[in-house]
Amino acid sequence: MISKDFAINIRKHILRMVHNSGGSHIASALSIVDIISVLYSEVLKVDNKNPQWKERDRFILSKGHACTPIYATLAELDFFSPADLELYGKNDSILMNHISHKVPGVEFSTGALGHGLPFGVGKAKAAKILGQNWKTFVLLSDGELDEGSNWEAFMFAAHHKLNNLIAIIDYNKLQSLDSVENTMGLEPLEQKFKSFGWDVFELDGHNYLQLSNTLLDSSNTNPKVIIAHTIKGKGVSFIENKVEWHYKTPNDVELELALSELN
Amino acid sequence: MRNAFIEELVILARKNKNIALVVGDLGYKVVEPFAEEFPDRFINAGVAEQNMTGLAAGMASEGFHVFTYSIANFPTFRCAEQIRNDVDYHNLPVTIVTVGGGLSYGNLGYSHHAIQDYALIRSMPNMLIAAPGDPMETKACLRYLVDNPQPSYLRLGKAGEPNFHNDVPTVEPGVWLNVCSDGMQDKCILSTGATLGLAHEWAKHEDFKGYTICSMPLWGMKYKTLQEKMLLGYNSVMTIEDHLFDGGFGSWMIESVYRKINNEITLNCKALSHEVCGKVGSQIYLNNLGGISL
Repeated sequence: MISKDFAINIRKHILRMVHNSGGSHIASALSIVDIISVLYSEVLKVDNKNPQWKERDRFILSKGHACTPIYATLAELDFFSPADLELYGKNDSILMNHISHKVPGVEFSTGALGHGLPFGVGKAKAAKILGQNWKTFVLLSDGELDEGSNWEAFMFAAHHKLNNLIAIIDYNKLQSLDSVENTMGLEPLEQKFKSFGWDVFELDGHNYLQLSNTLLDSSNTNPKVIIAHTIKGKGVSFIENKVEWHYKTPNDVELELALSELN
Repeated sequence: MRNAFIEELVILARKNKNIALVVGDLGYKVVEPFAEEFPDRFINAGVAEQNMTGLAAGMASEGFHVFTYSIANFPTFRCAEQIRNDVDYHNLPVTIVTVGGGLSYGNLGYSHHAIQDYALIRSMPNMLIAAPGDPMETKACLRYLVDNPQPSYLRLGKAGEPNFHNDVPTVEPGVWLNVCSDGMQDKCILSTGATLGLAHEWAKHEDFKGYTICSMPLWGMKYKTLQEKMLLGYNSVMTIEDHLFDGGFGSWMIESVYRKINNEITLNCKALSHEVCGKVGSQIYLNNLGGISL
């Protein structure tokens, strides 16, 4: 079982990285920390000494703007030095502000939304053709589901019965300018996915046990989608559920306040 | 050209187990030989070009050389960002194949006029454009691409184009391929794509009589630096293409040599005028309207 300290540590990294770089997307990043922590601690078969290990599970972050928890996790797992996190967003850094495949352990660069799932579908299809047993996990945002390319991919994956593909929806109910509901409502989301032919699971995206059990379950015959209900900005009271923290950078006072809350 | 494409792809796929063909619900009476012989490596992705291109990139990242196939602008403009970000940026071996380059589908209207595709593709740093001039060059390009898998764009005409080579030539990116040089060695008509036939027509015109005819089926951003060398020995070159001048092949050539061109070399471009945009008619009619045929 993953320790709470692991996720707290990732949240601290995120706060410092975004503050240090003058970047954005801190709330989008905090939203997925628990999902990422469980994935890398208990689910994904990966090898920090050999990031290109053929048998590894493939993880794709489709909401590439929330890259900081991935970088922090990979650094904590010794894919590269945690000291390198200070280079986040700096000139010529491999740690650019949207997820980059130039970082050891990262499969695919995104930043434009609606690209991760089709790419993951291609990996899952390739594994089926080649008779290989690794799985492909794709983490998407809720706002990202506005993109039509995702729905092309949802249809394709179900038609081809890609049960080696797991999509996780970070359903924090907020997007860039407003709530999902006010922007372009997704409900009824579960029924949408079911009607598209996916095996659908719904859970609390901050509950480690639920995440772990559902992610590890391999009984699905169709591609699996997990609707993870989350809180945007989770873990820092003044960032939680606030639209403006999609873009805002914490100042020195806000950084200290946030870090003290996590302590 | 499309028949030469599928014949050669089938032959190459017998030896290269990593070749896969992903079509966007197009290719009736073309792609069947591949689909029947390699059912595991043939996918009809449906009318969904963004997913087709994204999944091609995903498969390519696992060792496949994926050919996506559709017509006109569908495998390019419809999924331009997937080509840019997923294929080109990740430097993955996906070859985007289109049938109906230029005004091949003239009667089908503006949606089907592929006359801005070079502009899109040549703006991407890793993309290699393969625009063969006849069925022989089509096979030559395919052999090159399979030997050198990379982000690439294979632009075909339709079917029934004549051959201008007796055998399958050897092609190299950025290198001019001599097709016919019976007359003047210092003057050249340089074609890319299916205008090679028109190049032969222009070589009979009094202004260009006896010009050497060259084809450059493989080109792209990386190969601009070779062009100064290619120009050596010529005092007059005319490029020809069935694409708009803006962002096209002739423009690419001008960009390639603009610092080097001197008063002793004349470089002209025959490319489609924007007058053809929105017009409908046969390929012959529209090529004439666009100013690239006699």
